[in-house]
Amino acid sequence: MTSVLYDAPGPRAKRRNVLFSVLFFVLLALLLWWIWQTLDDKGQLEWALWKPFTTSEAWTTYLLPGLADTLKAAALSMVIALPLGAVLGIARMSDHRWVRIPAGAVVEFFRAIPVLLLMLFANEFYVRSTGIPSDERPLYAVVTGLVLYNASVLAEIVRAGILSLPKGQSEAAMAIGLRKSQTMSSILLPQAVTAMLPAIVSQLVVIVKDTALGGVMLGFTELLNTRSTLAANYANVVPSFIVVAVIFIVLNFILTSFASWLERRLRRSKRSTGAVLGADKVDDVNAAEVGGSYGTGAGGSI
Amino acid sequence: MFDFLSDYDDPTLLGAFWVTVQLTVLSAIGSLIWGTLLAAMRVSPVPLMRGFGTAYVNIVRNIPLTVIIVFTSLGLANIFGVTMGAPDDFEAKAFRLAVLGLVAYTAAFVCEAIRSGINTVPVGQAEAARAIGLSFSQILRLIVLPQAFRSVIGPLANVLIALTKNTTVAAAIGVAEAALLMKEMIENEAQTVLIGAIFAFGFVVLTLPTGLFLGWLSKRLAVKR
Repeated sequence: MTSVLYDAPGPRAKRRNVLFSVLFFVLLALLLWWIWQTLDDKGQLEWALWKPFTTSEAWTTYLLPGLADTLKAAALSMVIALPLGAVLGIARMSDHRWVRIPAGAVVEFFRAIPVLLLMLFANEFYVRSTGIPSDERPLYAVVTGLVLYNASVLAEIVRAGILSLPKGQSEAAMAIGLRKSQTMSSILLPQAVTAMLPAIVSQLVVIVKDTALGGVMLGFTELLNTRSTLAANYANVVPSFIVVAVIFIVLNFILTSFASWLERRLRRSKRSTGAVLGADKVDDVNAAEVGGSYGTGAGGSI
Repeated sequence: MFDFLSDYDDPTLLGAFWVTVQLTVLSAIGSLIWGTLLAAMRVSPVPLMRGFGTAYVNIVRNIPLTVIIVFTSLGLANIFGVTMGAPDDFEAKAFRLAVLGLVAYTAAFVCEAIRSGINTVPVGQAEAARAIGLSFSQILRLIVLPQAFRSVIGPLANVLIALTKNTTVAAAIGVAEAALLMKEMIENEAQTVLIGAIFAFGFVVLTLPTGLFLGWLSKRLAVKR
């Protein structure tokens, strides 16, 4: 295997690689053995602690309702944040300074603040200013926090999607006499939506992960929260963490794989303009390039 | 208007943000080291190391940071007895465990950023370098790494900014940083909006200059191809 870092191995390099393999294997085995021993000492490997997960009770009482709440909050946030993000993203590319600057300020502001702060603030705001019943309040607070943050991230995705289209597209639209709004709605947006699909799917992973914040800080009954009730019931701390982590990993891995499959498929298809926005490309957009004077701000949607 | 701030002296507002900064800096250093090691494993010629690196990144990236941080407290500390050298001091233990969790999580993203930087260097560069007779260490030192580092400043800046915001998750295990103080303040005081604005401003102050500076740096140093 040739790469930029090393050439095809010769006999000495092959021997060295084998040596490294053996050393690394020993280290890894020692680590796993230590984990296994400690778990065994603390009695976390006993079958009684794992048995609940083979019965339907643990799933129907704790895990599945928790997962349902996680997915509900994630889906709601996505559905509300998408149109909001599209509006903000388009507003940020406006020719009018009085539209562009406020939209840019809103996007940069909400991207710079941690989601947890937004959730805590929303929760307290609902307590003081609205009559939302206390058992529904955590869901409202979590969704509000996620919407505010992700709408501004999605705004950047929309902007990047539109900027990634070839210039000829909007020039041709102007040449045949379309107005600015027509160019946007019938030429640019449809293509941009295709281009940014992979990035949108990857953003879902971030949303699913962030719902867990509501579980610890606001008492939202999502998966991590129901895990603690489950563990309190069966005294199986480590097993419950492992099961919950596996659920999150599987769920998010499916989303990540779907996003990259979508990206490959869109790149291949002959009908597209060739503009595709991967998950990692979003933060590369810079405000300076489109005439704004804001910084790259608080990027990083991890 | 700001009178209530004097009621909070452990930690004070600045003290809480100082803890946030400490969490960020320590986790940044740790995750840069661990992330670079992971990236080295992922591009190494040894299949077992590559497998471990890939597995680590894919698993850790898909677990919510909150789950990891809560696990460091309930799992690592209580079950495995990992106390990071502070078994009795609750505050120090929570702080160090939070750093551990943040490092474990952020390193996966650092690894991906560095790996993508190495991938941006065309193989032709190394082939040309070999053709003029440079040794392996010379190729690495003079040709590959300089180009790789310059192209990862942007992605690494994003990881660093996300890390700054992610330190708030440490509030979940009781580290007295900005988010925990904000939670306490808005529950006790009437000025919800003012308090929200103060903390939002604090994070804007922390993240915006970093983003601007590193964004400018990555533009300046970018390898034009």
